[in-house]
Amino acid sequence: MNNIVGKRREPLSDTKLLMTITISIFVAMYLLAMALLGGGFLHPQQIFDMLNDNASLIIVSCGLTIVMIGGGIDISVGAVTSLVVMSCVLYLNNGGNIFVAALLAIGIGLAFGLVHGYLISYLEIQPFIVTLAGMFFARGMTTILSVNPQKVTHEGFQSLRDVKIEISWLGYTAKNGNLVPARMELGVVIAFVCLIAVFILLKYLRLGRCFYAMGGNQQSALMLGINVKRTRFLSYLMSGCLSGISGFVFMMHTGAGNATNAAGMEMNAIAAAIIGGTLLTGGVGNVAGTFFGVLTLTTIKKIVVSSGLNDPWWQNITTGGMLCFFILLQSVVLSRRNGKKK
Amino acid sequence: MNTKKKFNLSLGQLTIPIIAILILVVFNLIRDPSFFSIGITQNNDGNSVLSGNLITVINGASELAILAMGMTLVTAACGGQDISVGAAAAIAGSAFVKILKSGDSISVGTVILAFLFACVVAMIFGAFNGTLVAVFKIQPMIATLILYTCGRSIAYWINGGATPTVQSSIITAIGGFIPGIPVPTPVLIVVIVAIIFKLVFHFTSLEILTQSVGINGSAARLNGINSTFIKLLSFIILGVCVAVAGCIGVSRLGLINHETLLIDIEMDTILAVAIGGNNLGGGKFKISGSIIGAYVIQMLTITLYAMKVSSTDVKAYKAIVIILLVVIGSPVVKAKFEKLMTKLRSGKAKETVKGAE
Repeated sequence: MNNIVGKRREPLSDTKLLMTITISIFVAMYLLAMALLGGGFLHPQQIFDMLNDNASLIIVSCGLTIVMIGGGIDISVGAVTSLVVMSCVLYLNNGGNIFVAALLAIGIGLAFGLVHGYLISYLEIQPFIVTLAGMFFARGMTTILSVNPQKVTHEGFQSLRDVKIEISWLGYTAKNGNLVPARMELGVVIAFVCLIAVFILLKYLRLGRCFYAMGGNQQSALMLGINVKRTRFLSYLMSGCLSGISGFVFMMHTGAGNATNAAGMEMNAIAAAIIGGTLLTGGVGNVAGTFFGVLTLTTIKKIVVSSGLNDPWWQNITTGGMLCFFILLQSVVLSRRNGKKK
Repeated sequence: MNTKKKFNLSLGQLTIPIIAILILVVFNLIRDPSFFSIGITQNNDGNSVLSGNLITVINGASELAILAMGMTLVTAACGGQDISVGAAAAIAGSAFVKILKSGDSISVGTVILAFLFACVVAMIFGAFNGTLVAVFKIQPMIATLILYTCGRSIAYWINGGATPTVQSSIITAIGGFIPGIPVPTPVLIVVIVAIIFKLVFHFTSLEILTQSVGINGSAARLNGINSTFIKLLSFIILGVCVAVAGCIGVSRLGLINHETLLIDIEMDTILAVAIGGNNLGGGKFKISGSIIGAYVIQMLTITLYAMKVSSTDVKAYKAIVIILLVVIGSPVVKAKFEKLMTKLRSGKAKETVKGAE
């Protein structure tokens, strides 16, 4: 264990550097938005809104970060989320109970993770193709289940959906003199639990260190006595499980199932992980960075909307530009550091 | 037996795509032999043209086949895939329409000018991707994620948020049939592009250079190959393919819809390259494999449509077939299968020896 930590020190410092850059850019951007745009950005509720809207994206990105640190890719996460939402909604509407629905969500996620992990690690098929097929399958199954949007009519679930944690000291006084507390949804709590769990896994547990070792250099990981196949299998299993949880959280946020749910989520999750400093080659990354990656992506979109660029194309173009900036920055920083070492 | 082994070797990486297409053909023959009937019908303009499911397959896969050819080069040189081809095709299509709409009437000259402009635009975006990959050493998937995110929005912005239509007999001829020729024009374009690739590989050393860069970039550089340039070049060639595919897509419908033009084609293209037996990690490649792969995908889709599967559900069935194909093609399964075969063979040999005794 100590041995592994000692050996992996160099990539770890890369991880920290990239994460620090992301966090400082996020803070700078948010402060700039507060100073120039004001309005919503001055209220803490803005951050809570961002969290409420993106709880499921945060969970999915955590899973993707694990897979990417291990040197793989999972592009099925958005589609699995959508399939979980649709099947849980249909199950609840046909008189199911919430606890079983949650189990169903995790079960579907695990099933996808199981198949992906087996095909990728034991049959050695390229991860991109396997998870692409998984994405097609999940999207197809979603439309087979129902093409029309379905609203949850289950009463217990509706009351669960409407639970909001109110934090009064972060609230603000509205114009009519009433105190409006900051509201946070239950999904955000689940997202934070997942985030912390994955953080602990990656930082302190043996399995987490194995992910880094495997992604950094598969051959040397094998020489260190790590069961690479099993480790890779577990990384996809976890990603699948987290996509299942994310589906449930997504349903708690929207309260309805739709065939186009979570469309493009996989690319957002990949973008968030990259902005957070995870490299697709593996071995470098951190979930804390991924969390700030999600926040950065959302902040860019919010800034574009509130600065009055209402034409629909601006959001995507600025996101693309920002992504380009981050990717180039990382590439330049890493290559300069590597150059200095030599 | 000896000849059989040789035959297997000569097929090489084309085994999987050819087996896949044979399975689909046999399946369709059993299901409904009329799937293969080809007739000659009169179209709206009064031309006699070929029609039938098979023609639909070959015609519909045109864009996919063209993109797959370019993608094979990028995959081989860079060891990664371009996921922005659909978005880039939308941009190229928008540029194509922009020039077509700028004049009063559409002549052959305008169409050629518009096509060249679309090519230049797509090549610029290809060069952008290529620079990120070759110069800044970013993985292709990440580098092209940028254009994937904002490409369709740029296409939208070029046309000012509208979906302009183009009405011209020349455009209809490009997307459909040239009067007097019964074969769909997109098929002819695929043939032309394939011949150009063949000629380029024949007269230049591009093929071997690309392979060596893909197998080991730094070793290739030490041997005096400019691997940065080869990578950049592969992206620029893909840019031209993207422009051709985008222009065909626009001509087919006679309008540019930035949201739906060649939607999700990037995934199908990568799939075609993979089914073609090419290693997605770079290195050796066969363009013919990718072309067959493209037709496999289209044939699968049309077969499913013929079986009354709705267009939104097709994806689920497609996924099952893809998984089956890649499992059969996976090295582990192949090795196990060969072990089993040798076991059976040695068993048979023993039996014959016993029989002889």
